[in-house]
Amino acid sequence: MSELHTVNKSPFEKSSLESCLGHAQEGSAVLLLEDGVYGAAKGAAAVEAKMKAATGIKLYVLGPDFKARGLSADRLIDGVEMVDYAGFVDLAAEHDKVVAWV
Amino acid sequence: MAIDVDGKSYETDEEGYLVNISDWVPGVAEVMAKEDDLELTDDHWEILNFLREYYEEYQIAPAVRVLTKAVGKKLGKEKGNSKYLYSLFPYGPGKQACRYAGLPKPTGCI
Amino acid sequence: MSEIKKFMYLNRRAPYGTIYAWESLEVVLIGAAFEQDVSLAFVDDGVYQIMKGQDTAEVGMKNFSPTYSALGDYEVTKLYVEKESLEERGLTIDDLMDLKWEDEDEDWAEKDSIILVSREELSQAMSEQDVVFSF
Repeated sequence: MSELHTVNKSPFEKSSLESCLGHAQEGSAVLLLEDGVYGAAKGAAAVEAKMKAATGIKLYVLGPDFKARGLSADRLIDGVEMVDYAGFVDLAAEHDKVVAWV
Repeated sequence: MAIDVDGKSYETDEEGYLVNISDWVPGVAEVMAKEDDLELTDDHWEILNFLREYYEEYQIAPAVRVLTKAVGKKLGKEKGNSKYLYSLFPYGPGKQACRYAGLPKPTGCI
Repeated sequence: MSEIKKFMYLNRRAPYGTIYAWESLEVVLIGAAFEQDVSLAFVDDGVYQIMKGQDTAEVGMKNFSPTYSALGDYEVTKLYVEKESLEERGLTIDDLMDLKWEDEDEDWAEKDSIILVSREELSQAMSEQDVVFSF
């Protein structure tokens, strides 16, 4: 069963991202959206280390939410792919289920 | 509620402010002024245009004391005072002028 | 004339994901009418509220970041930003909007509204307040 995990809370405020990465199995995908997108921005050492340790998991960020918060594509952590709303729909369709870490 | 301008209907809230600022056309101000028995002159339009620019830049309708100060800075001291602004908009330069300009009720008018 | 009190608005949430940031800003603008000694503090995720370059076109929400530039008109001129909060997020002051206020008494000279402070300095400023509002 392939899973798409979504995280919509800031990694500095809640442990949603950490829990999600800890539970996501190899071959699954993690999409950061809403306040969760801060987890995909370069420069925050502790968060960046957690993201980079997530091997075997595809990492995505929702572009519109990233841009709304003043973050541009050049601030993305290497290995994170930006998707738009249509990309979000595709991801949801490609996976067997969606697990939301709220 | 709604007001009719040139055969088109514009939705307003219970206090008469436009619901969608992007709907605004100059005719909205004309119709609202007519309802208040007020004729809009260039002096009125100078303030209405100033308010629309303020909203465009800051995304809020300024409180009346903020408007007064900002008008004084931009258009001169003789216009940046409540006597002048109330002479143009007797129902209150903040509320009345913002309403004509299609802005929401001023933030910080109490 | 009643005594002037020191009010601090403590902002700790990121914008857009929740309503706190916008609610705080509205309360500040409304509260400014009372002519008290007002300051804002941006701590933790609150520093994200004043990030440069916010563009909400695609999310269909109002971009209220330009409104922070109007704070000076409302005579709210002290915006404390905590250094440690920026650093934890990999941000610097250059990532923030260049917020200014104009001093009417000095022919509208532009002055910085943002005051970069350490956690210790902020805690000191907080202890000097009569009231701290949390958002």
